[in-house]
Amino acid sequence: MGVDQPLGENIITTSLDSLVNWARKSSIWPMTFGLACCAIEMMATGAAKHDLDRFGIIFRASPRQADCIIIAGTVTKKMLPVIKTVYEQMPEPKWVVAMGACACSGGVFDTYSVVQGIDEALPVDVYIPGCPPRPEALLYGLMKLQEKIANERNSFGSSIGLGERLEPAA
Amino acid sequence: MAENNRAVVKLKERFANALLDCKEYRGEVTVTVKKENILEVLKCLRDDLRYNFLTDITAVDYLGQDPRFMVVYHLMSIPNKDRIRVKAPVTEADCSIDSATALWNSANWLEREAYDLFGVDFKNHPNLVRILMTDDWVGHPLRKDYPLQGPDREPYKGRLS
Repeated sequence: MGVDQPLGENIITTSLDSLVNWARKSSIWPMTFGLACCAIEMMATGAAKHDLDRFGIIFRASPRQADCIIIAGTVTKKMLPVIKTVYEQMPEPKWVVAMGACACSGGVFDTYSVVQGIDEALPVDVYIPGCPPRPEALLYGLMKLQEKIANERNSFGSSIGLGERLEPAA
Repeated sequence: MAENNRAVVKLKERFANALLDCKEYRGEVTVTVKKENILEVLKCLRDDLRYNFLTDITAVDYLGQDPRFMVVYHLMSIPNKDRIRVKAPVTEADCSIDSATALWNSANWLEREAYDLFGVDFKNHPNLVRILMTDDWVGHPLRKDYPLQGPDREPYKGRLS
């Protein structure tokens, strides 16, 4: 690396951003929040066979402790204010995963009572297609989210009040 | 067919003026009555003919016909293991009918649903407010003239639109 390492192999030099991003992407704590059949796949992903814990992904029962919300299912217009409240209760930084056709676009429910995609209300980071997506698809989507978090810039600076967090260009 | 049904025979002699139609189709008996007499007919069916269980109350919108709506009651006799369907026409101008909550408590939520989705006013209902849609919802979505994708969206005109 062109840096003298007088302390031998016991020290790694890195940028603060990389350290913060590594910590964040390795401990994504999603909100325990299911809406429809996608939630069943989400639970299967969290259970023993697929085991989200090995990614450091642990479902939290309180939005105050969560930094990710997986919109797993059909969002009705009646449910939207509830989701917005939960999202607003989550502390920054926070990410949104739209899981399945309904959360991405309304899916087959092209009707008066259903929100035509959660991106009408929340800033979505990862869209996962499928009806419902298999656990492998959700895992892939969450790994994409980890990739996105890993490439963010000024993550440390923004957390101590210096400027904005910069997201990598898609 | 329907004429031989015990309940129909009894209703015919008791409510000759109120009965509009009696039909049997595939073993299902349907009687249509005037909405002014709906409570008496339901009470007679419950008390004298032992149709003691109210399975469902719903409505049908025959847009373009007069009377436009039909309120439908599905009754079941638990002792006789028998079912009957009672219908009452309701006009658009006077879109109301007597509440059956006095006869069956289970009518409460069923009538709220019919009110919410069809806009039928059930008179003397203890708490006639929306049950499925949000409180501030405008319109009654299961009416045939309600736009399927909601009033705030361009209607779907086929795949290539």
